[in-house]
Amino acid sequence: MVSKRIIACLDVRDGKVVKGVNFEGLRDAGDPAALARRYNLEGIDEIVILDVTATIESRQARANTIAAVAREIFLPLAVGGGIRSEEDAAAAIEAGADKVSLNTAALSNPTLITTLARKYGSQAVIVAIDARAGRARLQSRRYDVYARSGQLETTRDALEWAREATDRGAGEILLTSIDRDGTKAGFDCDLTAAVSDAVNIPVIASGGAGTFEHFAEVFGPGHADAALAASIFHFNERSVSELKRFLAERHIPVRVSHAGHGAGGNIETCE
Amino acid sequence: MIALVDYGAGNLTSVRKALSAIGAAVWTPSVAGELGRAHGIIVPGVGHFDATRAITEEWRTAIRTMIGDGVPLLGICVGLQWLFEGSEEAPVIAGLSVFNGSCFHLRTPGPQTQDARPLKVPHVGWNSITSPRPSRLMHGVKDRSQVYFTHSYAAPVVEDTAAVAEYGVPFSAAVERANVSAVQFHPEKSGEVGLRILRNWTSGI
Repeated sequence: MVSKRIIACLDVRDGKVVKGVNFEGLRDAGDPAALARRYNLEGIDEIVILDVTATIESRQARANTIAAVAREIFLPLAVGGGIRSEEDAAAAIEAGADKVSLNTAALSNPTLITTLARKYGSQAVIVAIDARAGRARLQSRRYDVYARSGQLETTRDALEWAREATDRGAGEILLTSIDRDGTKAGFDCDLTAAVSDAVNIPVIASGGAGTFEHFAEVFGPGHADAALAASIFHFNERSVSELKRFLAERHIPVRVSHAGHGAGGNIETCE
Repeated sequence: MIALVDYGAGNLTSVRKALSAIGAAVWTPSVAGELGRAHGIIVPGVGHFDATRAITEEWRTAIRTMIGDGVPLLGICVGLQWLFEGSEEAPVIAGLSVFNGSCFHLRTPGPQTQDARPLKVPHVGWNSITSPRPSRLMHGVKDRSQVYFTHSYAAPVVEDTAAVAEYGVPFSAAVERANVSAVQFHPEKSGEVGLRILRNWTSGI
């Protein structure tokens, strides 16, 4: 059975991780590569770099960050934020990203999804959707899609947009609940289940992770294939390996990790 | 030196990086004639089976010759599928037919999840593998170890299958016959288990 994936998100600005980071034993707590190394040892399944750098020179800076993180891990690495063109995607992939995540650019130019899927394969194209429950004035619409980091309401419905993105060649959906993001109040399981059931590609739930129970909920009633979080992992109190033990005890399939030793466990020592 | 065959199917950065991490020297031959000096050959690939169209007759002949000479070859993902007879994904394109059988879409047999929701394709994520028989490639890798998959088509379980995974149906996660090995998953993205499998392969070079 395929495991439910636990994905750590690194929010990066100007080469530094910007969301609260409080790890012990890191020389530079804001260093994305150091954080990636730590997560790798704890058994993370995948890493997303969300680059919120907003400068003209950001493509090269982003490439440097990607290359530094990619050197540390032999796990899937996705990159989002500021991927607006084929050239941006090419630079990210050349630097070591396995997948690129499109959000605002996909909304304003949906053909970019198809262009990148044709060039790199659908497995390399994530469409990120920021959504919240629809307002009363348009009752037929259940969930509204927002652009520009949740700042700009679009005319799109989240379920329709997820289906369209799939048809255009997206390989995964990264679904963020704007209402829950940063609240630690739990994932929006209704939203996640609605989108996950509407498409036949994996859906990564994001926004609201605060406790281990929240992950169990989003993998159960939320029908999520993967869950992404940032701050719950950045603060040293809860580790990825603890979370996986918690989920395994509840019979949720996860990749068994071996706390503290990336090289342990699965492999017999015969050298 | 290991020849990494670049036929334009996706990016080779990750494979290069993983090989360099385990101390293997790699180059990308620009013409088929260069293959002759390889001590090992990797046929990588992400994406569509149709991309293997770019492996021209000249390259196919060179690769067949090297296989015949006993040079170790490793296929990854679409590289594995190409070593079979062909694929439903692009029926007009012939594989190299080292292994018997044809690759099928994961939804073709109509698999379902336990709660009757349709199984999502592509199959993306970490899944466990078991080895039906000993092989060089899987040496020291425990049954139920997890590796990273991302694919929509799969090869059937055959006599040469060295590891089996299951996604609705069982399929070949790894195959091995004499000097030809292949994996459906991405060893370069599968953490320490993946690096172990790559080391197993390079140690035979």
